[in-house]
This record gives sequence, C-alpha cells and structure tokens, in this order.
Amino acid sequence: MSSLMQPTCVVAAYSADDYGRAAVEQGETIAREAGARLVVVNATRGDKLVDERYAHEDEIAALRERLVAEGLEVEIRHDVVPDVAEAVLDAARTCAADLVVVGVRHRTPVGKLLLGSVAQRVILDAPCPVLAVKPVKP
Amino acid sequence: MDLLLDGFQTALAPENLLFAVIGVLLGTAVGVLPGIGPAMTLALLLPVALTMGADSAIIMFAGIYYGGMYGGSTTSILLNTPGESSSVVTAIEGNKMAKSGRAAQALATAAIGSFVAGTIGTVLLWVLVPTVADVVVELGAPSYFAILLLALFMVSTVLGASKLRGFIALFLGLTIGLIGTTTGQPRLTFGEPLLADGIDIVVVAVAIFAIGEALWVAAHLRRKPLEVIPVGQPWMSKEDWRRSWKPWLRGTAYGFPFGALPAGGAEVPTFLSYATEKKLSKHPEEFGKGAIEGVAGPEAANNASAAGTFVPLLTLGLPTTATAAIILVAIQSFGIQPGPLLLENEPDLVWGLLASLVVANLLLLVVNLPMAPLWAKVLQVPRPYLYAGILFFATLGAYSVNFQAFDVALLLVFGVLGLAMRRFGVPVLPLVVGVILGPKLEEQLTQALALSQGDVSTLWGEPVAVVVYVVMAVLLAAVLVAGLRRPTPADPEHSGRDEEKELVER
Repeated sequence: MSSLMQPTCVVAAYSADDYGRAAVEQGETIAREAGARLVVVNATRGDKLVDERYAHEDEIAALRERLVAEGLEVEIRHDVVPDVAEAVLDAARTCAADLVVVGVRHRTPVGKLLLGSVAQRVILDAPCPVLAVKPVKP
Repeated sequence: MDLLLDGFQTALAPENLLFAVIGVLLGTAVGVLPGIGPAMTLALLLPVALTMGADSAIIMFAGIYYGGMYGGSTTSILLNTPGESSSVVTAIEGNKMAKSGRAAQALATAAIGSFVAGTIGTVLLWVLVPTVADVVVELGAPSYFAILLLALFMVSTVLGASKLRGFIALFLGLTIGLIGTTTGQPRLTFGEPLLADGIDIVVVAVAIFAIGEALWVAAHLRRKPLEVIPVGQPWMSKEDWRRSWKPWLRGTAYGFPFGALPAGGAEVPTFLSYATEKKLSKHPEEFGKGAIEGVAGPEAANNASAAGTFVPLLTLGLPTTATAAIILVAIQSFGIQPGPLLLENEPDLVWGLLASLVVANLLLLVVNLPMAPLWAKVLQVPRPYLYAGILFFATLGAYSVNFQAFDVALLLVFGVLGLAMRRFGVPVLPLVVGVILGPKLEEQLTQALALSQGDVSTLWGEPVAVVVYVVMAVLLAAVLVAGLRRPTPADPEHSGRDEEKELVER
C-alpha cells in the first residue's frame, strides 16, 4: 500500500532556478529511497518571449540523463500550458501521486498583489500531501 | 556651418535633450521586442507628439528610429530572432557567436559599429542635405511626379519575395489615399459625410502597424518561450577591434546609399555587406560558426542606411522606409510642408534634427554598451500586458485625431486589413507609402498639367523626368527578365523563410 512514508509516485514542480532545483533534488532523494517513480513538471504559460523559469531543452536532457543514471524511473513533462499550477496538479492526479514537492520563495507585498503563486495553488489544491522546500542558504 | 552650430544649440537645449533621451530609450526597447518596431511606436506616439513642439517631437522620433536599429541587434544576437527586419542578417553570425560564448563581443561590435556608421552617416547628411536640396529646388512638377512614381514603383518591386503582393499593397494604399473630396467631387466616400475629408493617415498607420500586429500576436499567443543566452558586459579584445573596423566602414559604404534609395531601407545593404565580408574575410572558415565580421558589417550597414533615409526625406519629402513615412506624417501634422523647400523654410528644424542625430548616436552607445543585459530583460514582459497597452494607446490615438468615434471604427476595419496582410504575407510598407504619396502624386500631376494647359507631353519635357523614366524602364525590364528566367518557384523551404521575413514589421 502506498502512503506518504512509502510513496510509489512523487511529482516535483520544477522551475529553472534554485527553488525548482531544490524541489527536484528533494523529490529525487525521496524517490530513490522509496524506489518510487519521479515525475518532473516544468511548464510555462508561453505568453512571454523569454521565460527564465522555463528550462532550456539541453537542461532538461541533462536532468533526464542524471536521473536515469541514478536508476530512477523518470517522467519529465516539459510543456506550454494555459496554467502552470494546473499542469502540476494534473500530473499529480493522472499518476495518482502520493507526494508533490514544490519550491517556495519569499514574495513582496506588491508581488503578492500583482501575481498569483503557483506554489500556493499547488499546496491548497493538490489531491495528496505537499512538501514545501527551500534552497539551502549559502 | 553657422546653421549646424545653431542646430546643436537646438539639439542640446535641455528640453530637447530630454526628449532625445526618452527617444533612444524607447527606441531601444521597441527594437529589442520582435514585432514591435519604431514605425509602430512612432504611429502610436503621433497624437502625443502633436502636443509638443515640432523640434522636440522630430528629435524624439529620430532617437526612436536610431534606437530601433540598435535594439534589433540585441535580440538577433541573444535570441536568434531578429527584433527588426534590418537585423535578420545579424542573427546569422551573431547568434552563433553568442552560442559559442562570445555574446559580449558580438554585442560590442554591433553597438560600436552602429555608432561608427551612424556618425559617419550623419556627417554625410550635413554635407549632402544642403547640396541635394539646392538641386531639387530647381525640379519642376513633371520631374517631381516622375520621382514619386519611381519611388512607388521601387518600394513595391524591389522589396520582398513577391512583386504581386507588393503591388497589391501599393494599390490598396493608393485607393485609401483617394478617399475624400480634395478634387471637388467626392471619391469613394459612399455618401458618408465623415469620409469627405479623407481618412487620416494616423488612423491608417496606427491600425496597420499596431492593431494588425496585436491581432496577429493574439492569434499566436501561446508560443514556446525562446532560449535566451545569458550575457555579461559587452567588450572587445584588440583582435576583435582589428577584425571589426574594416567591416564597419564597408558596411557604412553599403548602407548609406541604399538608405537614400527608395528600396526599403536596410535589408539589401545588410545582405550585401554580409556577402562581401564573407568573401573578403581572412577567416572564411569561421563564417556560419560565428565570425565577428558577419556582425560588424551588417550592423554598420543598417545604421548607415537609417541615416541615408534622411536624404530623400528632408530634401524631397520622400519616405523610403515605414519609419521615415511616419516621420513625414509627423512633419506634415505640424503644418510644415515637407519637400524641396523644407530646408529653406524651416532651417532650425532641419539642422536641429541633423545635429540631434549625433547626440542620439552618442546616447545610444552610452545606454547600449553597458546596459545590454538589462535590455534583454525587456523580453520577459508578458505579451498580454504589452499588447493591452498598445491597443489602449492605439484607440486613444485614433480617437484623438478628430475626436470622432467613427475613426475608432475605421481603426478596427484597417486593423483587420493589417491582420490579413500579415496572414497572407503582403508587405506593409507599399501600403503606407501609397497612402502618403498617392495624393502628392496626384497634386504634382494636376499642377504639371495645369501649367502646360492640358498638354500631356509636359510629363517628359524635363531632362530629370526622362532620366527617371529610363531608370524605371530598365528596372521594369530587369524585373521581367528575372521573372522569365526562373519560371519554377523556389523550393518550399526557401519561400517559407521569405514569407516569414516579410511578416517582420518595417
């Protein structure tokens, strides 16, 4: 029986920065120890010409290579979607994930006013427990 | 010389200096963004500009024009997507350089080359504009008519892959220019009193450039983000300088004359410059893998051609690029008559503009060299916000022309036309130039025939006119021969690329 302590599928929300990398590394550790499947989601709304949080193709290829080399069963979703949080939630639902890992960041009051938070929506709407991680402070 | 010093006095007045700074910042920003170019920006700013002094407005517009040329190269190099049609060639070598870790050198040679070419071009303007103006003042209506005809012909045929599409755009423009009652009897007004004064060119320009582009982008809103290459401070080594300075000068030599011809500005000379550098280079093996000469030459050529554009614009009132066309509209909107008498009637304005071009160039070097990484951040603005702003300004601008809701309706109609033109790869420049020059063409024809009391032979009664017609005949023959020689269409991959190129706003 799968549970939070013995997950069979872990979803990691990846953005191409320290927060996303922290989430993937945490998901990687858990998946490796439990022998679970790891689903990495990196999505963008595609409404900007350049989206820094959307990983480059070669970055994704390198990540896949690294994870496969560790002997993990990996699925990477690298898509243009209407809603990034929905893409993560959708991945969690379709593979019946036991755990979702997201990176969380500090946000300024103005930032909160202007922009929604992907992490917050994932935490509130996910069908399973969510693990919030932070990058290690240097 | 005194006039030039007076010009500098105008250009360096604090108020005008401020507008020059605003102009170059805005110009660089829109140059960086693909799809939004200086022509659209000027069209959107026209109503605002009319509230400023004529000097300030024209100086700001010149800053935007030059700035667009600088900004386009940044996008070409870092994204492999040309920000402007004039920097299509820059992308070939520039992006390769960036991918191999030489983005900083590519940006530096582009910025410094643009500065060198822009400065040389502007100095050439100081010499050429008064000289040419003296000559063209002598031209009679028949010659002027012939030159206008040649300009319309060249804009439609020389540019772009398809002559047919060029002429479709031209005749659409001429038709729009016919609307109104300038000749005494109503033409194409459909009994609508609001059309009696004709359609304001501002409405047409804003619709074609801004609304058309916004609808086009809305139709393709979600696209995979492009991969931007991170870059630090632009700099060049001694070796890079050594390899760059000759291409800069050669690029300038190509760009300036082509800018002055009504052949659509910077595309032809940038291609020529690239081909020349490839041939002359001591490192031909580097071409295709990121040769610095392939960035230096075309970038110099496109800025020099921007300078060259001002020769026909200031002496004949003849726009050769879309941006120049809007500057012409701006000059007219201030109640100033462009044409051979412009320099005589408005020496302050013309010399102020010519002096400000040097100022703008210097400012651009200062804002571009150290701030290139910052400009790349402009690319992260979400498109919905950007185009919402553009639509807002477009509507405001169209309404404020006459304060009539009817103009906003016209704006939407022409906006849909703009979208259709982008969809079917019809170039925008011939339309805009047709709308502006069509009525002028008619005016010169009427004048010539009135002087000759209806004798048509007056049209080829002046030597200049005859020469122009001969040039036109030769061009026409060349077009026909080229058309007969290659009856089979180019391979599909190639023609697809050409169409893509035509979609880029000029």
